Amino acid sequence: MAVPLFAPWNDPAQKPLIQFKNVTKRFGDFVAIDNQSLDIYTREFFALLGPSGCGKTTMMRMLAGFEQPSEGQILIGGQDMKGVPPNERPVNMMFQSYALFPHLSVYENIAFGLRRMGQPKDQIDARVEEMLRLTRLSKFARRKPHQISGGQRQRVALARSLARAPKLLLLDEPLGALDKKLREETQFELMDIQEKTGTTFVIVTHDQEEAMTVSSRIAVMDEGRIIQVATPSVIYEAPNSVYVADFIGDVTIIEGSVRSVGPVYDIDWAEGQPPLRAASPLALSVGQKCHIAIRPEKVEVHHSRPEDDNALQGRIIDVGYGGNLSTFNIRLANGKFLRAQSFNTERKTKQEFTWEDDVWVSWTDHCAVLLAE
Amino acid sequence: MKRLSWFNITALTVGFAFLYLPILILMIYSFNGGRNVAIWAGFSTKWYGELFRDQAFLDAAWVTVKVALAASTFATVLGTMAALVLVRVGRFPGRTLFSGMIYAPLVMPEVITGLSLLLLFISLGVDRGVFTIILAHTTFAMCYVSVVVSSRLVTFDQSLEEAARDLGCSPVSAFRLVTLPIIAPAVISGWLLAFTLSLDDLVISSFTTGPSATTLPMEIYSSVRRGVSPKINALSTIMISIVALAVIGTSIAAKRAAVRAQRDEQAAARATG
Amino acid sequence: MRKWPLIAVPYLWLLLLFLVPFLIVIKISLSDAALSIPPYTPTLDLAAGWAGLRQFLSELDFENYAFLASDDLYWRAYLSSLQIATVSTVLTLMLGFPIAYGMACAPEEWRPTLMMLVILPFWTSLLIRVYAWMGILSTEGFLNNFLQWLGVIDAPLMILNTQNAVYIGIVYTYLPFMILPIYSALEKLDGSLIEAAEDLGCTRTKAFWLITVPLSRPGIIAGCFLVFIPALGEFVIPSLLGGSETLMIGKVLWEEFFNNRDWPVASAVAVVLLLILIIPIVLFQRNEQKQREAGK
Repeated sequence: MAVPLFAPWNDPAQKPLIQFKNVTKRFGDFVAIDNQSLDIYTREFFALLGPSGCGKTTMMRMLAGFEQPSEGQILIGGQDMKGVPPNERPVNMMFQSYALFPHLSVYENIAFGLRRMGQPKDQIDARVEEMLRLTRLSKFARRKPHQISGGQRQRVALARSLARAPKLLLLDEPLGALDKKLREETQFELMDIQEKTGTTFVIVTHDQEEAMTVSSRIAVMDEGRIIQVATPSVIYEAPNSVYVADFIGDVTIIEGSVRSVGPVYDIDWAEGQPPLRAASPLALSVGQKCHIAIRPEKVEVHHSRPEDDNALQGRIIDVGYGGNLSTFNIRLANGKFLRAQSFNTERKTKQEFTWEDDVWVSWTDHCAVLLAE
Repeated sequence: MKRLSWFNITALTVGFAFLYLPILILMIYSFNGGRNVAIWAGFSTKWYGELFRDQAFLDAAWVTVKVALAASTFATVLGTMAALVLVRVGRFPGRTLFSGMIYAPLVMPEVITGLSLLLLFISLGVDRGVFTIILAHTTFAMCYVSVVVSSRLVTFDQSLEEAARDLGCSPVSAFRLVTLPIIAPAVISGWLLAFTLSLDDLVISSFTTGPSATTLPMEIYSSVRRGVSPKINALSTIMISIVALAVIGTSIAAKRAAVRAQRDEQAAARATG
Repeated sequence: MRKWPLIAVPYLWLLLLFLVPFLIVIKISLSDAALSIPPYTPTLDLAAGWAGLRQFLSELDFENYAFLASDDLYWRAYLSSLQIATVSTVLTLMLGFPIAYGMACAPEEWRPTLMMLVILPFWTSLLIRVYAWMGILSTEGFLNNFLQWLGVIDAPLMILNTQNAVYIGIVYTYLPFMILPIYSALEKLDGSLIEAAEDLGCTRTKAFWLITVPLSRPGIIAGCFLVFIPALGEFVIPSLLGGSETLMIGKVLWEEFFNNRDWPVASAVAVVLLLILIIPIVLFQRNEQKQREAGK
């Protein structure tokens, strides 16, 4: 039996859990968030992605109640959050620094939020035990935060913010302080816990790989604006702008102008070179400036001229051997550079292509993404 | 930089000898049997006995302790509030004046502080005595407390307080349950500083007291003006010993705690691999 | 807003017990001496309104300041305070820098202990520390006995109740204030800078003067101000160690107030002392600010 696809954003009958309605946030003269609207649905694992200073943390802090919007409305579960202090919101936050209370044990840290709710003692005990089991911390309950490792601290922070069973959990760069290997393990653990508890997660991150791995949808932000909101695969394969294409993953951007329109466009990109072909649903007119974004793994490298439409001659300038794949930096006839990747599917100690090789590169019409200026 | 030369060793030896020999000589001669402080006349504890029979000194000691306890406690409360204002509250009308009033008493000559407070008490017609000394000591000690506490607050991770708010605390309970326990060591050392400042103060007490209250430093000063007395040596030895034990004790305790924390962290790092 | 009581309590306290008293000092310094208690006029009669204020202002005058300027006792007291504070600051620097330097060179595990040994005297009473020197410096004191025993001198030296005793007292009392900022500047100094200088052809002495001293300058400046500022208004040290010829303004103020009971003149002395102090205080603040900015 096929699992029904989780896509509440495509279902008009679904009511969003969180609604940003024309929210603007100013700090003095600085506009941190510029008239943005956004819907996030129950059980989503939603990522706010962007470089530092893009406003993603401000969005999160407005949800938690630490900042108030200068204009516009924020609704959680249909209720306007204006004037509701952080301690009265159905929201909990996991802080970037974890913000574990250094004077309290792991157990007391997790129980902290429950005690504020005035629950009876046995209920608190049961809930803390449950959280300790969920995050595999039962052994460390009596320790103080400085007596456990970084990964364990991260899990305490998670357990503490989940203990109150919030409708919405905010995670501010939750994996930023962990080393690479631990970060990858923890990503899957986070997804697992999100699924088990059924909580809506909103994560803030500047790490595009992390956002791609964990989230159901990503909002890519820049300078106080949301540039694109979509699933990871749409963001990667169908970016709506040069900014998004460039921010997510490796890409070569080629500037050009439209020679002929159609479902498959011809794009002039260099003097004396045949036009590049790219299929696109965009409506561009002849002569309009545009960009072609091409991911390196979509580019094939050949010794001789291939049959494909987009075949260009070039010379390999750099080779980066990465074990599972090799990356080539290829100088095209007009002096521009193009990146190509090939997977090393066989065991070979000698590379098929190397420095200073004259090669051909090609890709199909559907692999290139056409972007308006 | 990390080479200890003969020059360095000489400097350190001479320097610490200069700092500590006078105090050492003072303490040794408190056990001198003779009346002349500089001529050794055999070991004796008789000056300690005389000290404890001198009612004027005992009364003054009691007044001093009362004043120091009250003043340091008020100063700690007010100084901590002032530190919170300085570090946490952004702009408000009169902020410059406020921070000026916090820092100015630190560099104000004691004679001026004492004089100005006395003139205030006279203008207000307040009866001078223990009460006015406490007011005066609280005022200058709170500035020291606020400097100590605000230097801790500056490095305090604000997200801890936000986390407490996020987990259901009102601003006041977040301060009580999270901030205060964490900055407690700084508050305590602020209190200790205020306590010793009040205990040692001569000038401001002399200006602000009335006929009814004499503090220990005032008693010492008037006795010392008449010349060196072994009884004062005995008193000084007791006061220095108490302070030295307290300071060394707290610093050893702090060091042990630091070592333990470090060991725990290393153990945790090993356990998780 | 919740923050207002938090601001108001310490603010009002300081206004009432720091600023208002100081304004009273200024006011009295502009008043006439009178024999009645309180021994000064005029008083500001707020009930009389604007006329009362005008009346009050018209009675203020600078005659106490004129008196300070005309009597050379005060001139000499200010000048000699400045001189004593300057000389003792230089002496403290000469003694304090080698100690701070020695501490910075000491093995890492010694440093906390050395730090504590420097700070410890600060916690003990100033009065007691000054008193300790009385027993050492007097004519039949420890130092004279020792020197006579050594055979260096035949007759006891007169040290107590002279300006020299005041220098010793100030250097001794404020030495920790000099050592600590210099030490913290030296401790931050990167050892490889000295090695780089030696590598580039400096002798050790030359590297010390060209690298160590300039880089510890903020600490030296801070230390000098921390000694100079309190030394200028010092009362206990000149009163106990100095003689009758030792003039320091703190002592003059005390005597003017307690012995002569001339409050307006004492107030004027205080105001002028503060005006003199403003210059080093502002310079000190600027030095601190520069350091903070450099630290960022």
